[in-house]
Amino acid sequence: MNSEKCMSLAAAISRFVTPGAHLSLGGFTLNRNPMAAVYEIIRQRIGNLHVYAHSNGQGVDELIGAGCVKAVEIAYGGTGRFAPTCIRFRKAIEEGRILFEDYSNYQMTLRFMAGAMGVPFLPTTSSLGTDIIYKWGLSPEVRQQDSRLPLDKLVVLDNPFKRQPEEPEKVVLVPAINPDVTIIHVQQASPRGTVRMAGLTFADVEQAKAARHLIVTCEELVEEDELRRQPGQNQIPFFYADAVVAQPFGAYPTACYGYYDYDPEYLQQYGQDARDDGRYAAYLEKNIYAVRDHQQFCELIGSERFARIKAASPQGYAVGLERG
Amino acid sequence: MDYTYREMMAIAAAREIRDNEIVFCGTGISMLAAMAAKHISAPNSVIFFETGAIDSLLEEIPMAVADPRVMYGTSFNGGLADAFATMQNRFTGPQVVGILGAAQIDPYGNLNSTAIGDYHQPKVRFSGSGGACDVASFVGRTIIFMQQVKGRFVKKLDYFTSPGYLEGGRSRELAGLRPGGPAAVITDKGIFRFDEETKRMYLAGFYQGVKIDDIMATMDFAVESDRALSVPAASATELCVLREICDPQGLIR
Repeated sequence: MNSEKCMSLAAAISRFVTPGAHLSLGGFTLNRNPMAAVYEIIRQRIGNLHVYAHSNGQGVDELIGAGCVKAVEIAYGGTGRFAPTCIRFRKAIEEGRILFEDYSNYQMTLRFMAGAMGVPFLPTTSSLGTDIIYKWGLSPEVRQQDSRLPLDKLVVLDNPFKRQPEEPEKVVLVPAINPDVTIIHVQQASPRGTVRMAGLTFADVEQAKAARHLIVTCEELVEEDELRRQPGQNQIPFFYADAVVAQPFGAYPTACYGYYDYDPEYLQQYGQDARDDGRYAAYLEKNIYAVRDHQQFCELIGSERFARIKAASPQGYAVGLERG
Repeated sequence: MDYTYREMMAIAAAREIRDNEIVFCGTGISMLAAMAAKHISAPNSVIFFETGAIDSLLEEIPMAVADPRVMYGTSFNGGLADAFATMQNRFTGPQVVGILGAAQIDPYGNLNSTAIGDYHQPKVRFSGSGGACDVASFVGRTIIFMQQVKGRFVKKLDYFTSPGYLEGGRSRELAGLRPGGPAAVITDKGIFRFDEETKRMYLAGFYQGVKIDDIMATMDFAVESDRALSVPAASATELCVLREICDPQGLIR
């Protein structure tokens, strides 16, 4: 069973990410996005994806840019100072090329958590009185056509348990997400799929557990026994994982805490290329379509760049990295 | 004047933060303000990110709330679920001061960070709520950063992303939201606050060298300015903290 989970990235993607799949990506803006997997999806030209993200920046933007995405449910599309709003995401929405729907970050997190818990919804008090409740991105017709989507965006109810005056009057119910597949990139995983992340976990745990299938790409493949020596450091038990892929620099050009920083040079260049359709097509051709796999992509970038972003210990990032 | 209005904004926001407060901040100038506050007025304040990082060491300024720089030397590295639950928590939430930014604000401090124009076919699309709607819904008070330019202070938001005082008066509570709402709006020209009763925005302060008329010229709605006072200039100490300790590379300033 162990050996069945270890596979090449190309095999994991073609097996679990099918056209039209509902896909959730781990990571947050410019950190631990499963970029090797994203590039492989683009390379295999898998289309019509319905993507769920809370604040996944670079990964979602590149998938949208490459035309793989039909719809995106999202809380935030940006990569901090490199792109306060993700550029291809913004363009696609302004030009009416994708379906999209907005939630808050906590709502998306709760939606994954509900999916992970096996309940149809979870309540929060966030967003009362705002357009997040009143303006739907996905129309009732679109929802009707795909049985994986809830028929309502959000539902507001009177709090049935209210007794004390300080308890909330109303609650907002957010529907569960159960993606067909979630992909996360982590620091360490065992061949069986036990996962150990370092630094912030974002909503990766909830996203991983909500999905029918989970692909884990990792910087380092570590023996199961070794991870079990400090089980308190592990976040996801092995039986959630369907595929485990050893993929050094699998989050590049985003960061992987303790291993490498984000690459400011790449992200800045991307930002410029992404603004122009012609240049963006050339970007895709050169960096993704023309390379065989992520290793060859890394060779194209060159070892000098990787040396520059190598994380220092104990900081976990590249101290003094030129980021201007 | 030997400093920029952007520096003045960061300093004005830092002055709002009280000692021992839990400061929620996002990417950019809010991070700079929170860092500065720790060195100026609130040494025991705790910087808190929606990504789950609590009390980060911040030896270098992060470029985003998911920057690996926010993960170092923390008290706790959690996830989004923990972070937002802390803000929604009835006991810890009211201790949090949130710093937010937006593309548009209305007279009651409601914010738009989603889109300009029609939501489905927008003229300009922005990043979206992120955690802003959650923070604005949950925490004890918020501080808002705005650019003082035409089109930003509007009668009606194109998209209502994050709640302030809704329609003023008691409408925030009546909608079912927690008590809270914006304490101050800090712009590159001055500071607005909200009337105790009506919850409508009024001009509370203007920076050195700024004329009240210049501020009014950018507003699409009327604001009262009788209470406006001149904001003390940035001091040498404040500028030194900002330039030499918080952001020596000048990434945010």
